Amino acid sequence: METLFTVLIGLFFAAAIYLMLSKHTVRMLLGVALLGNAVNLLLFTAGRLTREVPPIIPDGMDTLPAGAANPLPQALILTAIVISFSFFAFLLVLTYRGYQELGTDNTDEMRLAEPRDEDLPPMGY
Amino acid sequence: MATPTAAPIDLSAALVLAPLPLADWLVVLPVALMIGFGAVLMMVRKSVRLHGIIAIAGLTLLVLLDAALLWRVAIHGPVTMVMGRWLPPFGIAFTADLFGAVMALVSALVALAAGVFALRDIDAAGRRYGFFPFLMLLMAGVSGAFLTGDIFNLYVWFEVLLISSFGLLILGSEPEQIDGALKYAILNLVGTTLFLITVGYLYAIFGTLNMADIARKAAMLRDTAPLTTLTALFILAFAMKAAAFPVNFWLPASYHTPRVVVSALFGGLLTKVGIYSLVRVTVMLFAVEREELSFAVAVSAVLTMLVGALGALAQSDLRRLVGYLVIAGIGNMLAGVAIGTPAAVSGAILYALNSVVTMTALYLVAGEAARLGGAWSLAGLGGLWRQAPWLSGASLLLFLAAAGLPPVSGLWPKVMLLKASLDIGAWWLAAAILVSAFLITLALARVFLLAYWRPGSTPLNGTAPAGDWRIALPLGGLTALVILFGLLPEPLFGLTQDAAAGLADPAAYIDSVFPSPAMERSAAR
Repeated sequence: METLFTVLIGLFFAAAIYLMLSKHTVRMLLGVALLGNAVNLLLFTAGRLTREVPPIIPDGMDTLPAGAANPLPQALILTAIVISFSFFAFLLVLTYRGYQELGTDNTDEMRLAEPRDEDLPPMGY
Repeated sequence: MATPTAAPIDLSAALVLAPLPLADWLVVLPVALMIGFGAVLMMVRKSVRLHGIIAIAGLTLLVLLDAALLWRVAIHGPVTMVMGRWLPPFGIAFTADLFGAVMALVSALVALAAGVFALRDIDAAGRRYGFFPFLMLLMAGVSGAFLTGDIFNLYVWFEVLLISSFGLLILGSEPEQIDGALKYAILNLVGTTLFLITVGYLYAIFGTLNMADIARKAAMLRDTAPLTTLTALFILAFAMKAAAFPVNFWLPASYHTPRVVVSALFGGLLTKVGIYSLVRVTVMLFAVEREELSFAVAVSAVLTMLVGALGALAQSDLRRLVGYLVIAGIGNMLAGVAIGTPAAVSGAILYALNSVVTMTALYLVAGEAARLGGAWSLAGLGGLWRQAPWLSGASLLLFLAAAGLPPVSGLWPKVMLLKASLDIGAWWLAAAILVSAFLITLALARVFLLAYWRPGSTPLNGTAPAGDWRIALPLGGLTALVILFGLLPEPLFGLTQDAAAGLADPAAYIDSVFPSPAMERSAAR
């Protein structure tokens, strides 16, 4: 199960990085969303994947039974999901506004903040 | 794993049963205070006239609390508080040591100065948009990052300060700001996601997220676990936050677009949070792995310094020039991390403290100069010396501080870093520090020559800054700090040396989180 998930996570990361290497903001955004999910899956897998053993400490034991999934990474994922979701929502609006204001979704053509033919500083008085 | 024991474990031992001493609350108070004030400001969002008073009161309280915390930490050693009455490593721990406390205090001072400056710089529209609530939440994130003792919690504070910084960056929604914010937002989000990935790996290896616990266990796991890979990932993630070469390009693309006071806050605080985390993780937790990676970090440091200095030399826009100075400073701090001896780390800490104050003040000064002169470009500015002598005097001192020249504060950390790099025989690192300082001196001398000394060709608008206390006070205060650090560096030397010693040998830090029985008894007495 873990091996299968590892391959899946690898695919997620590959797709996310491929999309983020694009010059178009919408693709980059999709890449960022995929990247967040890849990380969540990674955390999830790091905490062991076991279906049969509930993470409950049985009578007479002080720790979880062997092979039970660690519940803490799932709590971490919960935090990370909330954060990445809110960031994605913000970025979605920002990208849309960027497209409206700048008239392009190609980052190479977004040169308002860094104009292409800027003057060099004066050489003298 | 399953370990059936004969005798039942005393589970009450996992809970903090005794009430906490009141003074320990100091560790979480800065963060709680800022979140509280942020919430209050959000509630009175429409009464913009109240914003300034509430925010300045909150930031003043923050400075006082951080000063009290630093005082306590300096006398009693690191202080820990654990959330929810759980004992570490189960609960999320907040641990303030000397390094965290002194960074928190200086950042609070700078935020107060920026808050006062914002009273003039941010108009009613900007306030209704939420400048002051965002500022409070930014400070909550920054203070949280400096004071937390849990590495996942550090990630959460990174996100808190990141989302508030987005709000501040696009305050005004001008096309330039949206352009800058797009690049800033996506690259910083990728950086923090990388940090989260690394935290996931770290948890898989260590089974704990508490920094003191990690420091204890690292020695045992060193032979079997891929800690060098982990450290390399941490360095990359934090270098992205700190804008080190080759992952620095988001900074010059975005830092010059927002309001002046926002640029000042970002230049002073955000990159330094990255450096703080880098020092915390590589020096305190994974010192052996840092040693292995030190050459790569040193190369990155040299390139960061040169990129910053050359970039500053090529800019005619005053604010973008200061952005490159921020990058050059990051290179110097990275050099300290790369060398890694206690002397070098204390030099890096001193550099960070100095840089927080100097970079904020430089952005504020640049903003004032541009407002008076009516242009951001060096080609358009001129004659400021005659119009605003006090502002020019302060600028000159701050330029000296940024270039690392006496009599102000920039000199000392550069001297410490130079000595540390020569001590280990890294002459090329020392040469890079000197060359970058020389290039920065050239760039800033040209700024002074053109913008201040040159006879003015354009009529100046606005009043002289000395007339307005909302500008004179923060600028004067920050410049006074720079002079004070420059003339009386002795107490700071002691402080940063103790902070670096505490990082190199975190016994006191670990003791504060996991008190040994002997310590507990002496504390009870």
